[in-house]
Amino acid sequence: MNGNSHLLASDGDGFVLDPEDRRTIEQERDHYEQPQAACIEALKIVQRRHGWVPDGAIVAIAEALGIGPAEVEGVATFYSLVFRQPVGRHVILVCDSSSCFLTGYDALREALSSRLGIGFGQTTSDGRFTLLPVCCLGACDSGPVLMIDDDTYGPVAVEDVADLLESYP
Amino acid sequence: MTVNRYRCQLHHSAHERRLETHPLTWWLRDDGECVGLGEYVAKDGYAVVRQVLGHQGPDEVIETLKAANIRGRGGGGFSAGVKWSLTLKGENLPRGYLLCNADEMEPGTFKDRLLLEQVPHLLLESMILGGYANDSFYGYIFLRGEYVEAARAISRAIEEARAAGWLGRDIAGSGFDFDIALHTGAGRYICGEETALINSLEGQRANPRAKPPFPGQSGAWGKPSVVNNVETLCNVPAVLRFGADWYQQLSGERSDDGGTKLYGVSGKVRRTGLWELPMGTPAGELLDRAGGMHDGCTLKTWLPGGGSTGFLLPEHLDLALDFNTVAQAGSRLGTGILTLVADDQSMVSLVRNLEEFFARESCGWCTPCRDGLPWAVKLLRALERGEGIPGDIELLEELAEDQGPGKTFCAHAPGAAMPLASAIEYFRDEFERGIAHPGKDDVMPERPLSANGERGDAER
Repeated sequence: MNGNSHLLASDGDGFVLDPEDRRTIEQERDHYEQPQAACIEALKIVQRRHGWVPDGAIVAIAEALGIGPAEVEGVATFYSLVFRQPVGRHVILVCDSSSCFLTGYDALREALSSRLGIGFGQTTSDGRFTLLPVCCLGACDSGPVLMIDDDTYGPVAVEDVADLLESYP
Repeated sequence: MTVNRYRCQLHHSAHERRLETHPLTWWLRDDGECVGLGEYVAKDGYAVVRQVLGHQGPDEVIETLKAANIRGRGGGGFSAGVKWSLTLKGENLPRGYLLCNADEMEPGTFKDRLLLEQVPHLLLESMILGGYANDSFYGYIFLRGEYVEAARAISRAIEEARAAGWLGRDIAGSGFDFDIALHTGAGRYICGEETALINSLEGQRANPRAKPPFPGQSGAWGKPSVVNNVETLCNVPAVLRFGADWYQQLSGERSDDGGTKLYGVSGKVRRTGLWELPMGTPAGELLDRAGGMHDGCTLKTWLPGGGSTGFLLPEHLDLALDFNTVAQAGSRLGTGILTLVADDQSMVSLVRNLEEFFARESCGWCTPCRDGLPWAVKLLRALERGEGIPGDIELLEELAEDQGPGKTFCAHAPGAAMPLASAIEYFRDEFERGIAHPGKDDVMPERPLSANGERGDAER
């Protein structure tokens, strides 16, 4: 988790919601009968801008929605795609479910780990990639499958890993 | 770069498909691009909204659906018409919600993605009809966050439909008001459980709720709420257009369950993918369409509909893939998307992979699931390393029994128990090979002692 200290430094306790994010969160709030419903989307909005959800954002989101910070934190820690620690510029989600397991997941994970020098839950020292496992990505006809940011790839052969990673500077 | 962006594909080309035989996929383009509003309407899309709204009462719609008996395609198999008939509705009751479960995460399942990415207007039309029948005022599409392409397609479709008057006030001059919003998730398989989905929609942790009350009585924000899977909903317009009898005869002699099904195949087969075929199509026909197993592989076992269904054998390939027939064989139809396992695959390893999934995805709410699943994983890992101890297999069987239906808060742990119990039943010798057989002078491997001094039995 080295290389991300700049994120921590800029998002300490004095966290302020970006005005545009605040507006988007308030619009989201109006999509639901009660404001708490917007809290998952609010966490994702903050994460889109900062890469992760710092402590201060939990309080800021709670204030924007008029709910308790513990409610927001309870939600933030439940969902696997809400990151409560800094992550790299690109997040790699590797499908570890059954169809990919049958079609080469173990070799793909090992190739990623050795190429990046990290395991699941870790970030490369240059802050470029974070590696995470994910539930069945619903692309089982093309296993093994992974996502990098918003892009889904499959089947990913071990020999393609280097080129694929290179396309995410 | 040789690796491709993933694209979901159907195996029938357009000239093989007709609306009367392929009500779900007739709409799709051969190039796999999303069908926009213009093209959807040109194919007579939204005609059923015009035909039904204001011309048939909600009760009449529900009667047609009950007669058609569309069984829940998310895997539950419950009749959509019956579910809709149980939704509380009436003049003195608040209008509720129509919720589409698009949280497709069942291991081995990739069917709803096709409809969501390529024909989102079919889902919107279905939800408008569902909203009308259930007296809902608003619909949410609960989409898993990783389906980025589907989110784009749905958002654009909602905007198009709203601009054209298919959503909003007084739809098609019928006096019926209904709108739809897209809600994207942030991970966790458990969100696909219908009451956990409602909690997640409300911005809470996705723990399931106690039933009763059922969502149809008290769901999202305490209002009557209907939760249906994407594929289930997408059957509705054609049923209302052609009638229940037409739907029933789609499956012909193959099945008592009517309609078509999106069937799919993954694993070590030559041609993976999706087909829309009559309900009750035998698994063997799907394996044939997939071109058989990879060279040098033979079929060892298969899952009929995702990770929470029980393993079946090659001798079961002739069985009709419908809800009752697969249940009679001791498994579940589930999502109807097959996972085919080749003979070189260790069953202990595969079941370990499945149980790791269920253990990680447990919401942690009830004990048999929260503690039982990691325990099963621990035993399976020991067997996989050849470090099992006598009694481990019996303990796994006991755990599967203790996680069965009715013993946990929701269907998550019973789903985990099915592949575990069936794998032990059919491949017990492989599990037994994981038990260490020390020589006379070797030390028998031991589990750490538990608090009460028993070996490996801390939780009992």
